[in-house]
Amino acid sequence: MAPPLALQLVVNGFLVGAIFALCAYGMALVWGVMNIINIAQGEFVILGGFIAVVLAESGIHPLSAIFVAPIVLFCLGLVIYYAVIRYVVDKDIFVSLLATFGISILLQQLMNQIFGADIRRAPHGLGTWSYFDGIVTIEQIKLVSAVVAITVAITLVMFLKRSRLGQAIRATAQNARAARIMGIDTGLVYAATYALNAAVCGAGGALVAMVWSIEPYLGLIFTIRSFMIVVTAGLGNLAGVVVAGTGLGALENMAGFILGTEFQIAFVFGLLIVILVGRSTLLGRKRLYLK
Amino acid sequence: MIRNFLLYSGVVLIGIFLPLVFPTYQTQIAYMWLMVVFALTWDVVGGRMGYNSFGNIVFFGIGMYAAAMVQKELYFDIGEFEVIADAATTRLTSAQYLGGLALGMGLGMVLCVTAALALGSVLLSMRGHYFAICTLGLGVAVGEAAGGIEYIGAGSGMTAPLFPDALGDKGLFFSYFYFSLAAVTFLCLHWLYSTRFGLAINAIRDDEDTAEAMGLPTTRYKTIAWCISAFFLSFAGAAFGHLNLFIDPLDVAFPGATFGVWMVLMAILGGKGTMWGPVVGAVVFHITQEFFWITLFGWQRVAMGVLIVVIVVAFPLGILGWVRERWPESFGETITAAATDDEGSEA
Repeated sequence: MAPPLALQLVVNGFLVGAIFALCAYGMALVWGVMNIINIAQGEFVILGGFIAVVLAESGIHPLSAIFVAPIVLFCLGLVIYYAVIRYVVDKDIFVSLLATFGISILLQQLMNQIFGADIRRAPHGLGTWSYFDGIVTIEQIKLVSAVVAITVAITLVMFLKRSRLGQAIRATAQNARAARIMGIDTGLVYAATYALNAAVCGAGGALVAMVWSIEPYLGLIFTIRSFMIVVTAGLGNLAGVVVAGTGLGALENMAGFILGTEFQIAFVFGLLIVILVGRSTLLGRKRLYLK
Repeated sequence: MIRNFLLYSGVVLIGIFLPLVFPTYQTQIAYMWLMVVFALTWDVVGGRMGYNSFGNIVFFGIGMYAAAMVQKELYFDIGEFEVIADAATTRLTSAQYLGGLALGMGLGMVLCVTAALALGSVLLSMRGHYFAICTLGLGVAVGEAAGGIEYIGAGSGMTAPLFPDALGDKGLFFSYFYFSLAAVTFLCLHWLYSTRFGLAINAIRDDEDTAEAMGLPTTRYKTIAWCISAFFLSFAGAAFGHLNLFIDPLDVAFPGATFGVWMVLMAILGGKGTMWGPVVGAVVFHITQEFFWITLFGWQRVAMGVLIVVIVVAFPLGILGWVRERWPESFGETITAAATDDEGSEA
């Protein structure tokens, strides 16, 4: 592989990986605060993407979806929390896993019914820069999306650190019972956390629809990517999430180039198994899995 | 004793006469018994051992492909087979068909148990939700990988041989086959749960660390339990390929989002960890599902999503779990003032 080509793959991977990292940070938030692994994560991403597509088709520039999609998804997140999630928050983690799996299938089929099963994308009209005689190209939209993803992530972190609600969320994550004793309405905190995660995914999805393309059945792979990133980086480790996310983006781009794009999905799921097996062998050696 | 005799003979009578009374629904009845097998085999690992697997569908698919490939290799040139698939001119004789199916089931069984041994010894060292998500990934990864193998028809799938006329009706044959498979699975598991093995996997579910500390070889038991699951699933898969005729990697052989999730749901709906729970759950679930399919034109998959959420949120104990909580005496449990734990003997 010629060095400029490798550079191309890595740069592209990093830019896309920023979106993965954003979704993964949302998943880590829900996991850390509510002890729920949200399988519907990917469906939130795809739904955000469809909002960008719908906006673009009705003549509004899809970049505006970066603001519209989070608002819509925030409301949807609230609805889902009060309809389903609040009944499974303090149950066994497998119950919530299955419940969010059900939500994921429900949203996926709803999107299939409403928007159709075709592959869609939101045309953005931005150009491309070329370097090294056109061997390395950077699509402007990818740069824009990486900047947006980083901005959203920074805003989220500042919100969690500075605002009253953000502090309440962090307090609940540390010790829900103590937080309740101190007068924090943990139900409200959970609702806000779940809805915030949906909003963040919505913003990520709007970017995905512009950078790549979307279809209703692509959700699960985004969930798995987020899960891998969180498992690799650990909960509540923003720097780790960013590194793992951009790393995964670059790795996937490389693998897609070497193995061919038809094996990209198999690669992601195979990588998941490798990461989990590696994790369990590491833990098994030190017997850290013991309670 | 009398009650059990009546129950078992009633079920056998249903198994024999249901496809004769409703001849138009024979294929659906075969599917229903298949669902029972799904729920029972999932419950070995999920309900009895507490390892919630989304990846059992892998064994179903491996069994299916093995049986279909054996038929193809035994009786057809590859080129000729493609022609037959279109024109349906040559048919196998009954003896050829059944012989090939039996051989294919044997091979599928060996492959599945080997796969369960290999995968289990690696994956079953994971705990809880890591195992659940890893097996979810496994199901998708195997389906995607099968779509890349030219030998088994890659993404465009392959066909199983046509059912010979001499054997009578295909729906009737397979509804009896699946009923026998469900019955054998049920009886084997019923016996198995009464042995030391049953106690061991229950101990792993209740507290794995303690079980390990008591000297139980947990990894061995866990792997054996998964192998048992795979053993019965391989037969279900082998026959499903022949019933469905067309085999596609993502929608028929490794359908993680339909059969793969349903087997979990049916066990939970009926009451996981009980003997009759998976059976009841599978029958109720299958009838509901068919009802959705008939009435909710195009929206049935949306309704399935709603059903999953409702089952998980509203019936976490399942039908039999609810009955047991309501009338514990009929499950042979004695009620004392201190008894708050609902673990007890089985139905």
